[in-house]
Amino acid sequence: MYKLDTPPLLFESSRPGRSTSIFPTSDVPTKPLATLMPATALADGPPPLPELGELDVVRHYMALSTLNMSIDSNFYPLGSCTMKYNPKRNERLAALPGLGAQHPYQDESTLQGLLEILYDVQSMLGEIAGLPAVSLQPAAGAQGELTALLVAAAHFRDLGLKRTQVLIPDSAHGTNPASAHLAGFDAVTIKSDARGLVDLDDFKSKLGDLTAVFMMTNPNTVGLFDPQIAEIARLLHDRGALLYLDGANMNAILGAVRPGDMGVDLMHYNPHKTFSGPHGGGGPGAGPIAVRADLGKYLPAPVVARDADGTYRLDHDRPRSIGRVRAFFGNVGVLFRAYCYIRTHGPEGLKNVSRHAVLNANYLLSLVKHVYPVPCGDRCMHEFVASARSLARDRGVRAMDIAKRLIDFNFHAPTIYFPLIVSEALMIEPTETESRETLETFAAALLAIAAEDPAMLHDAPHSTTISRADEVKAAKSPVLVWKPAHAASTPSENGRSKSNRAAPSVA
Amino acid sequence: MDPKALKYSPTHEWVHLDGDIATVGLSKFAVDQLTDLIVIDLPPVGKTLVAGKSFGEVESVKSVNDLYAPVAGEVVAVNDAVAANLQILAEHPFDEGWLIKVKVDSTTLPADLLDFDVYEKKIADEAH
Repeated sequence: MYKLDTPPLLFESSRPGRSTSIFPTSDVPTKPLATLMPATALADGPPPLPELGELDVVRHYMALSTLNMSIDSNFYPLGSCTMKYNPKRNERLAALPGLGAQHPYQDESTLQGLLEILYDVQSMLGEIAGLPAVSLQPAAGAQGELTALLVAAAHFRDLGLKRTQVLIPDSAHGTNPASAHLAGFDAVTIKSDARGLVDLDDFKSKLGDLTAVFMMTNPNTVGLFDPQIAEIARLLHDRGALLYLDGANMNAILGAVRPGDMGVDLMHYNPHKTFSGPHGGGGPGAGPIAVRADLGKYLPAPVVARDADGTYRLDHDRPRSIGRVRAFFGNVGVLFRAYCYIRTHGPEGLKNVSRHAVLNANYLLSLVKHVYPVPCGDRCMHEFVASARSLARDRGVRAMDIAKRLIDFNFHAPTIYFPLIVSEALMIEPTETESRETLETFAAALLAIAAEDPAMLHDAPHSTTISRADEVKAAKSPVLVWKPAHAASTPSENGRSKSNRAAPSVA
Repeated sequence: MDPKALKYSPTHEWVHLDGDIATVGLSKFAVDQLTDLIVIDLPPVGKTLVAGKSFGEVESVKSVNDLYAPVAGEVVAVNDAVAANLQILAEHPFDEGWLIKVKVDSTTLPADLLDFDVYEKKIADEAH
């Protein structure tokens, strides 16, 4: 493994007068600046920008780009995030001018192709969910959660029912209680039982006449399918409450089971996890929701409608709608990638996506569980949560150390310390797009790390420009702005110490 | 303070009752689980606490966790030194690292608080 030097900042590489700009000879008369602008409008001096040749700049950014870890360069088993490989073809199609050059203010008659695609996305997502009413507007999964909860709130308002509570398992994604709170509900935590499933007794004791919605992730964040879901749905419906499915883990059950058939009333999708939307990067994203037919009237307006003559239009005439949650039609580029993905695979192909995701996760689990025990069972769905607690207890090696050391083996770390119900959690989701060889190499790295010197592991990673960052310092006193005085106080070249450098880079 | 003489909540807060004043802190087990601490939010003096409800938050590099009031009552003192320097909590959770003092509504401690032995067994079970 090689070690890169920290590339100098552009400001540090600056040399007075260095430039590669070549301006054409001016063909207008020149005048002194003072005769053109009043002195009060002039700065005291030129702005403190670095002076560089073009090649300096190219090499600088090229060097930085090689420091990235990405799914295109590394295995990325980040649990709960479904970092599967997104086919490049979908990116290419989304960039076609027929899609990319459309403008939402165009007349609908000129947008028929796009509207047809969006209509089909609505239909396909409705079919996969088993819930026919779909809104494509939400711009991310969490906004989908919020939108669906606002739909639920409108439903109870119309029924004249005072429902103030949203029940949420303790293994849930943090967005669930946040969305409940934003939608005006109180979040009530439901415990998990020893198996990692919903504790049915705790659920029953908290289910009441104030319960609006139970937000369930199934399979849940420990990678288990909760077979109690039909019973849970029945108990909820008996009390007039609704069942929400956090669709983050849809990659495990595509085509195998429809959430609507399990008694789910509302759900969201995460196309960036399941349907080849771009992963992370701050968006744009999409969080389409699907709801029971009778809740469809509350969905954000407009939705895409199809008239009897085959014309597509935006249906704004929805008097019970909760209103818009996003401009125009949602993030069409992401929805279009989902369209390409679903159409490419087809019904049988989507089932295979989930089968292979589950198979890969179970194979990887079987390779590592003798060293990294999996507290919630020997089998899993699309992901599993292993624990480093015996390593922590016996050798002082924690999940954080293992995650950092994996970088030295050219792997992205799994999610760690989530879900909170498993101590020293390593949440591993290999996805269906990884080969058997990759899974075996990754397992070998995990096993090798477990036997390494703890002191060395505490300082990992060792192969990166920045080794173990001081995360407390980074959170409490981040240095976000480079100042010339800082450079003047240290030698030139790469004189800054590693620890100084580490703090701002992780902030 | 002697950890063996304290009462513990299932959510890892400890309580020491002296007259009608309860000193509340976080157990060493919880502090160790959190790893490196970043920031703690403690309630102001005068705040009324409801037993079992959140009275503050502690954030580490791992996670943000609620602190749950093991007893009901009114906050009469807050350990500002800990808020300013979390190293005190990390190193001395049972002594200088106490968090708040509460004037309790009832000197009978809630029944769900655990004795040291029971708490030790509970966390040992969790660690397996």
